[in-house]
Amino acid sequence: MNESLHRVWRVGADVDTDALAPGHAMKHGMDVIARHCLESLRPDFVGGVRPGDLLVAGPNFGIGSSREQAAAVLVALGVRAVVAPSYSGLFFRNAFNVGLLLLTCAQAERLEETELVGLDTTDPLAPALLRAGGERLACEAVPPFLMERVRCGGLLNELKQRLAQGTP
Amino acid sequence: MRTPEAPSQAPQTLAQKLIARAAGLPSVREGDIVNCRVDLAMFHDSSGPRRLKPMLEELGAPIWDKSRVVLVMDHFVPEADEDARRIVRIARDWARDQALPHVHDSLGICHVVLPQKGHLRPGLFCVGGDSHSPTGGAFGCYMFGIGSTEMLGVVVTGEIWLRVPHTIRMRWDGALAEGVCAKDMMLHMIGRFGMNGGGYQAIEFAGSTVRGLGMAERMTLSNMSAELGAQAGLIAPDATTAAWLREAGVDNGIAAADLAHWGTDEGASVTEHTFDATTLPPMVASPHSPANSHPVGHTAGEAVQLAYIGACTGAKLEDLQAAARVLRGRRVAPGVRLLVAPASVHDQQQAEREGVADTLRHSGAEFLPSACGACAGYGQAVQGATRVIATTARNFKGRMGSADAEVFLASPYTVAASALRGCITDPREVLA
Repeated sequence: MNESLHRVWRVGADVDTDALAPGHAMKHGMDVIARHCLESLRPDFVGGVRPGDLLVAGPNFGIGSSREQAAAVLVALGVRAVVAPSYSGLFFRNAFNVGLLLLTCAQAERLEETELVGLDTTDPLAPALLRAGGERLACEAVPPFLMERVRCGGLLNELKQRLAQGTP
Repeated sequence: MRTPEAPSQAPQTLAQKLIARAAGLPSVREGDIVNCRVDLAMFHDSSGPRRLKPMLEELGAPIWDKSRVVLVMDHFVPEADEDARRIVRIARDWARDQALPHVHDSLGICHVVLPQKGHLRPGLFCVGGDSHSPTGGAFGCYMFGIGSTEMLGVVVTGEIWLRVPHTIRMRWDGALAEGVCAKDMMLHMIGRFGMNGGGYQAIEFAGSTVRGLGMAERMTLSNMSAELGAQAGLIAPDATTAAWLREAGVDNGIAAADLAHWGTDEGASVTEHTFDATTLPPMVASPHSPANSHPVGHTAGEAVQLAYIGACTGAKLEDLQAAARVLRGRRVAPGVRLLVAPASVHDQQQAEREGVADTLRHSGAEFLPSACGACAGYGQAVQGATRVIATTARNFKGRMGSADAEVFLASPYTVAASALRGCITDPREVLA
């Protein structure tokens, strides 16, 4: 269930796609974009983030443009999931398409910087975050096909598998 | 298009009807996740071929139906540097290799070119590789923007999922004052509800004010639904829609029965907000958010050096006509540059025929190519610490190409009046 614990990075409300994938880096590849992720809000993030960490944000995470690199950059940095009370709708779709799990949690902002939490996604319809004291923070249901898309590593990989099975 | 009579159990919203048709279901319920067949997929030189081509090759998959794909070159044209030339070349080569039947190269901005080329009509379910794709909602299409990987899915399967949205109805009644227009309505609503106020639901614009607007103004409403955070920005088609489409040469016309069908049923579940158009002043959004909007009096007198009439949001023929009404027989203030980038070649040609383009030129305006250009920091982008007032949709820091620029958003009336005086100006003072 909670195979491991995940370290929390906190950011505020209204984190936009320019903060995640700055415009000046957009003509470069993901390696360059990844060096600038969140530089305006958390300059310590890129140097300190470790595979499996969680990014915990305030409401309206991912507002702004349709650039999906804003989600793909978090995958490239190894972020296990984003946890926030709400997301931009366009960002929400892009995230799952590039293989990034988003959890919608009304109580996200109770989680503290550097806190270690468990992640229970056994039932996509009732995912939850598990705090050290035993507290369980319920998250909104994730449609099972989107959870499956994240497991595949995104829509491109999912399409590859479906085409291999002869059902596009 | 013939529509099957849906024996719906409960009254349905326009959004529900459009989605049900695309999903092949008699009706859909709010919150349901459904799979829809896509009638039309539009993408441009920036979001399209340069991202799709390598992924399609990796999959070894063909395009599901080339007749339903529209490619528009509008972001990197005219090519300003070697990067732009490379990106546009990929698009042109790919269009030729794939023998795409619908390619509109350097004819204007996709959201304006799409209806002008007759691709949109009520009842269609469409996706676009651009965040301003809700513009198609003005024609009674369910249309929304998606990222490049999701577009890959559409181009391979012809289908896309969505969660049936709630409808937020923005009802405007009464006549707008002279010098006040659809752009001011949008800046007012974005200021009130915020950039995620639409919550990715469907917005429907309604009421006597909206019924009285022409198609270009309706497109401005649907276009900036993106800045309200809505998935779609719908307007029920009516006689105005039908007449516009006939003029654009859309086949088959629109049957009266279809017009009657594509609307929200009486009693359907919606959240309604009401607005009085008669008291709306010109609105200006200060740097660096469209939600930072106030009546023009709040910023009147602030000096500007650049006035930009451009973008899918604010440089259609009717926007140019509005600016010309303010500028006719007058000259822009010394030290102010007025740049005009018509939204499409079609609109520019009509503006030339009507003398609108000459009126603008005589006032000191410089014309730029019909493309996305400076709005998104492409091509002749804004440089340095300039104060800009623009008819565009977004004024995020750095959006127009300079992190030091300050961009104010306003209607074409207000941008023209501000160019005239060299400072933010209430256009009603000039028109009076």
